[in-house]
Amino acid sequence: MLSDRRPILLANARIVDPSRDLDFPGDLLIAEGIIRDAKRGIGAAGVPQGTEVVDCRGRIVAPGLVDMRAFIGEPGAEHRETLATASQAAAAGGVTTIVCQPDTSPVIDDHAIVDFILRRARDTAIVNVAPMAALTKGLHGKEMTEIGLLKAAGAVAFTDGARSVTNAQVMRRALTYARDFDVLIVHHTEDPDLIGEGVMNEGEFAARLGLMGIPPAAETIMLERDIRLVALTGSRYHAASVTCRETLDVLRRAKDQNLPVTASASINHLTLNALDIGPYRTFFKVSPPLRDNDDRAAVAEALASGLVDVVMSDHNPQDVETKRLPFAEAAAGAIGLETMLAAGLRLVHDGSVPLMRLLHAMSTRPAELLALPGGTLRAGAPADVIVIDPDVPWILDPDSLKSKCKNTPFDEAKLTGRVVRTIVAGRTAYEYA
Amino acid sequence: MNIAAKSSFVLNRRHLLGIEGLSFDEITALLDLSEEFVALNRQVEKKRTSLRGRTQINLFFEASTRTQSSFELAGKRLGADVMNMAVGSSAMKKGETLIDTAMTLNAMHPDILVVRHHASGAVELLSQKVDGSVINAGDGAHEHPTQALLDALTIRRNKGRIEGLTVAICGDIMHSRVARSNIILLHTLGARVRVVAPSTLLPAGIERFGVEIARDMRAGLSGADIVMMLRLQRERMNGSFVPSVQEYFAYYGLDSRKLTFAKPDALVMHPGPMNRGVEIESTVADGAQSLIREQVEMGVAVRMAVLEALSRNLPNA
Repeated sequence: MLSDRRPILLANARIVDPSRDLDFPGDLLIAEGIIRDAKRGIGAAGVPQGTEVVDCRGRIVAPGLVDMRAFIGEPGAEHRETLATASQAAAAGGVTTIVCQPDTSPVIDDHAIVDFILRRARDTAIVNVAPMAALTKGLHGKEMTEIGLLKAAGAVAFTDGARSVTNAQVMRRALTYARDFDVLIVHHTEDPDLIGEGVMNEGEFAARLGLMGIPPAAETIMLERDIRLVALTGSRYHAASVTCRETLDVLRRAKDQNLPVTASASINHLTLNALDIGPYRTFFKVSPPLRDNDDRAAVAEALASGLVDVVMSDHNPQDVETKRLPFAEAAAGAIGLETMLAAGLRLVHDGSVPLMRLLHAMSTRPAELLALPGGTLRAGAPADVIVIDPDVPWILDPDSLKSKCKNTPFDEAKLTGRVVRTIVAGRTAYEYA
Repeated sequence: MNIAAKSSFVLNRRHLLGIEGLSFDEITALLDLSEEFVALNRQVEKKRTSLRGRTQINLFFEASTRTQSSFELAGKRLGADVMNMAVGSSAMKKGETLIDTAMTLNAMHPDILVVRHHASGAVELLSQKVDGSVINAGDGAHEHPTQALLDALTIRRNKGRIEGLTVAICGDIMHSRVARSNIILLHTLGARVRVVAPSTLLPAGIERFGVEIARDMRAGLSGADIVMMLRLQRERMNGSFVPSVQEYFAYYGLDSRKLTFAKPDALVMHPGPMNRGVEIESTVADGAQSLIREQVEMGVAVRMAVLEALSRNLPNA
């Protein structure tokens, strides 16, 4: 912990609160872990004695980010990432709530494991941690988990992580059962049979590299099926990672029918494309694969229009054991907790996504979908707040990353803008030196 | 003292295939007739002769202990010759079709066939091929009329009426013939019926059955006079329709805490056999509000009434 819980005044800032669509110059006062007020001219005079006054001239004060999809590795793969190291990476990236995925070892399919994660996080993590639980036992796609008991233990949503539930009957029953408990089902939509031996996006570049391709249809077909099941069951559904134009069309139709469907896009699919793989760079191997630049631009446009609800990091730490391999044999996944905001600001700077939209999709919207208390600067909300310097230029040095693994596709990337302070529950969890 | 038959009610049809199609008057008359047999069954001398000379075959394609023995006892007390066809040793195992079995048995001139089958509609199919009366002792997830009648008799004896009562039927509605027969019967007699289950155990279209639907026990049991629990088959417990026994019991199992959601004088029923610790807790099943053992007693009386009322319509009666 870098500081105690003294009151903090973030003064002279540009306050951006996507939960109320507010963007104004003002001050924000935090005390006892709670946002007390955010308005013009609180000033140093109007604050309790002992308040730490931070001059935020030229900086943005926004709700802390809620990252809806991060693969952590604790329990079971602590050599790659622990809740502690992930939380430090998150704090450095402005993420105040990590939503961890259930593909741990053991799998989060028992309420005792949810309890374990929450206790470990309380004892070791410097940001909030909210676990998603498995949708099917052992992530095997066959039998639904104890959705009621897992929710009662603290699971915020249900997902099979990076796996798709291929059996439509299992998916239908899980959706049906989940509706009674009003939980959100998050689904990775990729048909494993259509993925087959594929390792990157299907197309000319894959052909030139001699790598087997994954057609965008693998993603579209699975989402299409799910939408029909949502129409049948009326359950709340979230597509975990949409990456291509055809999938966006399916999503748009579902939303036009007012189905309870929402979707995330990863920061990777918003800012990178298949050509970035270049000479078999395995740090650019992710799942679903990076698509063409037209697809990337379409996803960014969908984010700007609100068709895509959430932007998540898809943080997935992999070490040299799993990445320093021929491309086809390397594991998929890239870390992203520390870079998602800075990478996202690229879209703001190039004019494709307004700042308000980006922050909404990274904080307010995921908090709403998961019924978490953050994602807002309203008085009375938990003081999960970040200070952003939108214009500072910097180069990403992988050695400075807090994550245990360094598999970032933004290695040596030139970035503009970053988090300079992260406050979690009123305590400063990170400060940019 | 021998109680003579006071009722001369005749069920004016050949078969009893379901509650569907029975009128308010027919159901009420069957319950009234059953009352006479309740009294008879509590005497030392339980025998009557109304079915003397008649042959009753209990043809059970699906294993049953209580329904089969209940029908057997009912037939014997009315003087019929009762034969139980054990499915394990039957010709069906050798590949004979349902129709062939029906024709073969029919050639032996049974007067009454009591049939249980795992397939919905199988009993009706069989009834088209035989000359005697067929009583449905349960077909698939379709109907189990004598169960609904015995439940109604049990309720009426304890509450004095059925009209205006709120009956909550809880559990595996989707696969339950008991639920379907009870919904129809209780409706006909003017009760307010509510089904309580996770959505995975409710059949599509249930909202058109004229029942109230609840997906949690607090709402479902609120104001209930009768709480009727259903059996959950083991193969449906482990992740297919519900996640686990533990979770099912936690949210849908009837324990003494959940029973407090119902009226203070609510009564608990279960068609049996019970899964203790799955859909019902032992303290409730064996508690003061439980009618479960009385249901078994009523079962024999109701089946005697059905046999009697149908046999009065048989040729040469």
